[in-house]
Amino acid sequence: MTKDECKQVVLNIIADIAPDEDLSNVKPDVRLRDQLQLDSMDFLDIVMELRKRHGIEVPEADYMQLASLDSCAEYLTPKFNALAGKS
Amino acid sequence: MKPSRIVITGVGLTAPNGNTLAEFRANLLAGKAGIERMEIRYMGSQLAGVCHYDPLKYQKKKEVRVGTRAGSISIYCAREALADSGVNFETLPKDRVGIYIGCTEHGNVETENEIYNISKFNYDTKFWSHYHNPRTVANNPAGETSLNLGTTGPAYTIGAACAAGNMGLIHATQMLRLGEVDFAICGGVSESIHTFGIFAGFKSQNALATHENPLKASRPFDLARNGIVISEGGALYTLERLEDAQARGAKIYAEIAGYHVNSDASDYVLPNPVRQTECIRSALVRAGLQPADIHIVNTHATATPLGDIQECEAIRAVFGENCPETHINNTKSYIGHCMGAAGALELAGNLPSFDDLTVHPTINVDHLDPKCDLPGLVLNQPHKAAKVDTILNNSFGMLGINSTLIVRRFVP
Repeated sequence: MTKDECKQVVLNIIADIAPDEDLSNVKPDVRLRDQLQLDSMDFLDIVMELRKRHGIEVPEADYMQLASLDSCAEYLTPKFNALAGKS
Repeated sequence: MKPSRIVITGVGLTAPNGNTLAEFRANLLAGKAGIERMEIRYMGSQLAGVCHYDPLKYQKKKEVRVGTRAGSISIYCAREALADSGVNFETLPKDRVGIYIGCTEHGNVETENEIYNISKFNYDTKFWSHYHNPRTVANNPAGETSLNLGTTGPAYTIGAACAAGNMGLIHATQMLRLGEVDFAICGGVSESIHTFGIFAGFKSQNALATHENPLKASRPFDLARNGIVISEGGALYTLERLEDAQARGAKIYAEIAGYHVNSDASDYVLPNPVRQTECIRSALVRAGLQPADIHIVNTHATATPLGDIQECEAIRAVFGENCPETHINNTKSYIGHCMGAAGALELAGNLPSFDDLTVHPTINVDHLDPKCDLPGLVLNQPHKAAKVDTILNNSFGMLGINSTLIVRRFVP
């Protein structure tokens, strides 16, 4: 998985959990919370959907890694690739 | 000191056969029921009363996703009632608005959904939703409504089984009279068709209706009645003290005339006609009315073989043969049993009688059970009444809670 593909995975999840938001211009380097109406429960949704849909675990200590699309990609892409390598 | 006069100034509702009072009433007069078949988890196709309002009229998609069906129904009904009341909501002090919503139960739907959800993950509870607690707390429907409206006064639910719809109105009346709030949004809601447990529970009680034609399935007082049709729905009202309503020139639907609530203390599920009789009589006393003064009695009857007969016994004991202007009807024959919304919806369906002097009938009675043959029973066709100045609304619930609410035509 590339980092761009990883960003798309995260955007797909956000599209479901924040269906009123316009995601066409999300800036990858800006905190998601600063450009979208997302609260702490929504971030727990992102964590839950990563777990349910992709088998990815994000420990609480790492939640800050989900702050922006860029940081999501940095943090999650190796996890996706490690999972793909296992299977 | 005389208690404040409390009046109904707005109505918002969603029923299986209508999403506004006008649509609901038109269907009640036209004999149009609203029961359909619905897939219920683990149970397959079941008869149910389903509401078809548009949740996105007053909620964002995310609110619908995060919230509950009961919350969504409450928000729809509350917003519709506010719009109907004509109140300038922007200028209303938000900390003086109370929200009092009757519920039969709350939390079953979300709990069942989550157990089903984790069953897909080998019952690993790390897949259990973090929304479970805010969705299942008993105040959820009222809390979601306060979030949507931005009101900061008291907002909570009243658990009273199937007597809950009346209880919302009764409690709001009490709070207005106590001066706790200046404006109340109140009534009852139900999301019950989204929990298989209620269907399975009534089926195990042998109390779930069956019929090849869904529209004929709910048939209180009919000899062939065989149980309850479970429905969802909601009806919320705006209630105000008379002087406040008059000061803003509000349209007044009716005045709260009297009420009573009591308990059977006799059985978990079986009704108790003696206590029902006491409840009706006490409500009459508090309203300062005689039985013959009541022009419409809207029955609670749910179409269970025993329950209908017992309520008829209670009504016969109070109204007997000497109330020539008292008409008796039932609304569940159209919409099934809307549980916590039942009392509030059924009252709403009858309120327009003050204007059109027409009593909506009980439909689906092909063969009247002689034990339910009450004087004044309005069967299958609307009845033009000489006078409709009062409506008495019965709502009874499990664990033996009874509520009777009487409203009267507003006369300054």
